[in-house]
Amino acid sequence: MESATALLSLIIALPLAGFLINGIIGLFVESFRTKKQLIGIIANTAVFIPFVIAVYFFMNMNAGSEAVVFKLFTWIEAGSFSVDIAYRIDQLSIMMTLVVTGVGFLIHLYSMGYMADDEGYWKFFAYLNLFIFAMLNLVLGNNLLLLFLGWEGVGVCSYLLIGFWYTDMAKSDAAKKAFIYNRVGDFAFLIAMFMVFQTVGSLNFDAILGNLEAFSEEYIVAIGLLMFVGATGKSAQIPLFVWLPDAMAGPTPVSALIHAATMVTSGIYLISRMSPMYVLSPEVMLVVAVIGALTAIVAATIAITQNDIKSVLAYSTVSQLGYMFLALGAGGFTAAMFHVVTHAFFKACLFLGSGSVIHTMHHVEHELEHEGKDVHFDPQDMRNMGGLRKYMPSTYKTFLISTIAIAGIPPLAGFFSKDEVLAMAANAGAGEFGSYMYMALWGVGIITAFLTAFYMFRLTLTTFHGEFKLGKRFKEAIGAEKYLHESPATMTIPLWTLAGAATVGGFLGVPNFIVETFTHEEAHVNLLHNWLHHVTADVELTLSHAVEWGLMATSIVIAVLGVVVAFRMYNNNQQQESDAAIAKRFGGLYDLWKDKYNLDEVYEGLIVRPIVRVSDKVLAVFDMKVVDGFVNATAGTVKLFGSLFRYVQTGVVSSYALAFVIGVIVILYLMVM
Amino acid sequence: MEALLNITIYLPLLGIPLILMLKNENSRKWIALIVTSLTFILSLPLLFNFNVAGSGTAQYLSEGSRIMESLDIKYLVGLDGLSLLLFMLTTFMGPIVILSSWDSVKKHLAGYLSMLLLLQTASLGVFASLDLMVFYVFFELSLIPMYFLIGIWGGADRIRATIKFFIYTLVGSLIMLVGLIYVGYDAGAVMNGVNFTTDWRFLSSNLYQIGLEQQTYLFLAFALAFCIKVPLFPFHTWLPYAHTEAPTAGSVVLAAIMLKMGTYGLIRVCLPIFPNAFMEFAPWMATLAVIGIIYGALVAMVQKDVKKLVAYSSVSHLGFVVLGIFAFNAVAVQGAILQMINHGLSTGALFLIVGMIYDRRHTRMIKDFGGIAKKVPIFTVMFMIATFASIGLPGLNGFIGEFLILNGSFFSELYSNKAFAILATTGVILAAVYMLWMFQRVMFGPITNEENNSLADLNAREIGLLVPMVIFMFWIGVHPVDFTKYSEAQVQELLSSSEEKSMAVIKNTSRDELPDWTAKLYDIDEAESQLASTN
Repeated sequence: MESATALLSLIIALPLAGFLINGIIGLFVESFRTKKQLIGIIANTAVFIPFVIAVYFFMNMNAGSEAVVFKLFTWIEAGSFSVDIAYRIDQLSIMMTLVVTGVGFLIHLYSMGYMADDEGYWKFFAYLNLFIFAMLNLVLGNNLLLLFLGWEGVGVCSYLLIGFWYTDMAKSDAAKKAFIYNRVGDFAFLIAMFMVFQTVGSLNFDAILGNLEAFSEEYIVAIGLLMFVGATGKSAQIPLFVWLPDAMAGPTPVSALIHAATMVTSGIYLISRMSPMYVLSPEVMLVVAVIGALTAIVAATIAITQNDIKSVLAYSTVSQLGYMFLALGAGGFTAAMFHVVTHAFFKACLFLGSGSVIHTMHHVEHELEHEGKDVHFDPQDMRNMGGLRKYMPSTYKTFLISTIAIAGIPPLAGFFSKDEVLAMAANAGAGEFGSYMYMALWGVGIITAFLTAFYMFRLTLTTFHGEFKLGKRFKEAIGAEKYLHESPATMTIPLWTLAGAATVGGFLGVPNFIVETFTHEEAHVNLLHNWLHHVTADVELTLSHAVEWGLMATSIVIAVLGVVVAFRMYNNNQQQESDAAIAKRFGGLYDLWKDKYNLDEVYEGLIVRPIVRVSDKVLAVFDMKVVDGFVNATAGTVKLFGSLFRYVQTGVVSSYALAFVIGVIVILYLMVM
Repeated sequence: MEALLNITIYLPLLGIPLILMLKNENSRKWIALIVTSLTFILSLPLLFNFNVAGSGTAQYLSEGSRIMESLDIKYLVGLDGLSLLLFMLTTFMGPIVILSSWDSVKKHLAGYLSMLLLLQTASLGVFASLDLMVFYVFFELSLIPMYFLIGIWGGADRIRATIKFFIYTLVGSLIMLVGLIYVGYDAGAVMNGVNFTTDWRFLSSNLYQIGLEQQTYLFLAFALAFCIKVPLFPFHTWLPYAHTEAPTAGSVVLAAIMLKMGTYGLIRVCLPIFPNAFMEFAPWMATLAVIGIIYGALVAMVQKDVKKLVAYSSVSHLGFVVLGIFAFNAVAVQGAILQMINHGLSTGALFLIVGMIYDRRHTRMIKDFGGIAKKVPIFTVMFMIATFASIGLPGLNGFIGEFLILNGSFFSELYSNKAFAILATTGVILAAVYMLWMFQRVMFGPITNEENNSLADLNAREIGLLVPMVIFMFWIGVHPVDFTKYSEAQVQELLSSSEEKSMAVIKNTSRDELPDWTAKLYDIDEAESQLASTN
């Protein structure tokens, strides 16, 4: 136990140490900042060792292992309130830890290449380590408050990293926006914690989930909804998702790590962790599912219209997170976590791939500048790309694999996880748990699956297939393709690793019915389900095998359809024409998608600006004129009396004495009475 | 130890003649620094030897004799859980404050340092005194040096600001003085052998109970004085003036120490001596506190002067403290006490930081900056930590206080409406909005003002005075138990004995003697029937 505690402390402490070493030395010692090799090794080690330890813990566990809690020290103690710095290792938290440190390590490795020319290299790695530290607190914390520490901690890292190139005002705007939208969610999270503490007098997961009967029905609903609001902030769901697309202002590895693979899945983790409470309220579950499904389709429709490759991936992330919430709301907590894992693989790979592309496009811009050509173009705009597969084979292949995976083509990872999500939605619609609403949500999920396959292939084909288009758009850039090159090994190794995981990751959750159909006896091949079912309160899957086969077939057909349509429209440099055709077909609807449903404008116009204006024009003036004016008026009155009573101030001592005596008499009189 | 407490309080005073005698400016500064540092070092044994479990009685008591046989006014100082941390904060801030104006103050340096030292003694006296008359004297004494600090070493509009500050707070304390004299006679009548007493130990004990009607008046008189000092909305308008005009050191002491005299007074005086009124008015006070939290934040958001913004943020932050105090449970009151320290550290640091940038650029207007992060990395990090501490980021000090306050308020029995805690929690969002917006406009973006190109980063002195504060921000954030343990026992004891006392007062009240409004205000029929049923 003691050595285990020490090991666990290392998981948490090493990333923190990495942050402190690179951060503090970098801040005060200028010469250190150029020792990039050293900085990178420190940061990578600080994540790799925790990964190894997590694997060790994992190997020593089985599905039936009891949760182990390591208390380091008492954090807060005041009155009846007490909470510990204590970490919890169970099937759910170790799984998240593996994802965070594993994918995290690959992205650290990738960053060594990607950020090599950045002067803020030391700072970048310091922040990245700090992020891993915060994220580990989030997933390993044994109580809601420690989870919340990680929750806000990752928010700060996200803020720092989105605004990493802070001299660009738009980037620092995006950073601020992310933090503030998250704070709105955190507000709800805080209230939920107050309610929990009021009811059970503790914030420990065991105390909460072991005393669910202590909660009143209203509190179950309120806490569930409030935590969900918190989750919509962190995990970018309606109505708080608008910060995530802007967050792409950060360096691409950050988008991959924080805004795709790990941080944004915190909300899903939270609800899975609290799942025994959530299943008590069908209303809350339905709300979660509806919001998830709506977010999935809304973001997918926006993704179709985007030309910035990172922007497509950002909306795709929002959409996939929506799937996860749909699964949560349908009682498929394992399904949601399954999608968290597979999504971490293929979406991290996609983002890193896009980073590789952006990297090389930057290089092109740079070289053209060297030639003395003054060409300025957006290195993230896919309209400037095309044909990259010739020049960047590794990037292309891994990107394609991940695209197939996210599109839901069997047998890649995304197929299995998305299929399970949709099956759970249908299950909730058909089973005793849910209502017909879930059937509609399943339909929304299916449409979104089509859209997903479509926009992802649109992206991949436009970027990698056809001809390199930069020369067509900018005369001076003709022949610029000679500057295109594949990225270095530090970048392609993570790409291949993640692509590999995206290929086979789906076998973690092969549906039992596939085997059962052939063996005619109960099977337990869904490894993830076996692993998690002690922790999460999954709703039982009661669909018949025939229905499950039918659902699966539908998923496949829909995904293939999306791929085929995308191939016909985008395989051959016809992006502009095809986009125009879609725009024409959908008219005003397309404009709405392109304008991102105008949500930013709505928030800005209806909430932000009125509040600022009222504060500025009304409150600040009110403060000076009314509140302070009242004070001044009081003083003025006194002054007026003073100027009158000045005449009483005769300077004659005896008249003062008289006044004094009268005063004393009056006071005594009052006191005696 | 008793002697040590007195030495700590008066040592700064001893520095004054030395400073006045010396002619050399540099040695004057060194004397001030040495004296305040020594004060801090000497105060440490008081902390280390403090008996954490001891509640109810103050420690290191030193008691003078009564000024007259029948008049129980006496020199009485000691430290207990309520005052220890604030006392330590004051000694801790002493050298920092001196260092903060090392290079920036040239005018009448000897007078300036003397005022800071006098202020130090007065502040320490406020927190240590356990005779309310002595408390009052120190309370008023602290006004005088601050009056001069703003009035002589302040900005352009300093005279108006300092007079406003002085008169506003003085009016409050004079009303308190009237109340205090009444209490003194009233309590003297109960105590054996005297006819006047202001001994806090007696006043706060169960032996001295005040009728409901008188409690109401007295509570209001005291509360008004303290609320002006805090300042609680709507008594806050002197604060932005005073802060914008005060020199950096003045602002720091004002924010870190002097505002706390108000919140401290509410706990020290109003809560145990007028418990019924305290509890009865809790929803009203909580209402003002919540308004202050939101209103202060919104007004802070639109300020154009960084210092004014921080000043309004104080209104918001101290709203949290007041809310916590009136929640009347150990969680929230502990949070409030900790938050007083937290606010001292984070807002104190913010004022220092604003002062540092003002020393360089002679402006505090947000629009004059922008993009300076690149030029001054160390400054940026310090500023960012203080900003996040102020926002209440978990892992830093502000979060612990705010969380305890809000959590305690949520289940407060005095104002059972959850809306108080929920509305107050929106302050968490607003704090992020106004602080980060300001931070962005000052630090991020491209450099828009030529003059900022030659900005120098912090020097060793400036780093040296911020680092200790930053260390405490993290320390409290990560291991607050090291701090809350000092007040825990005392807070529990204070709350339970005050509650008992309030019930005793109700029990000893006969319905018929009360004026109607009092009976109605305190819902006396209900309270008595409840009391009867529990017996």
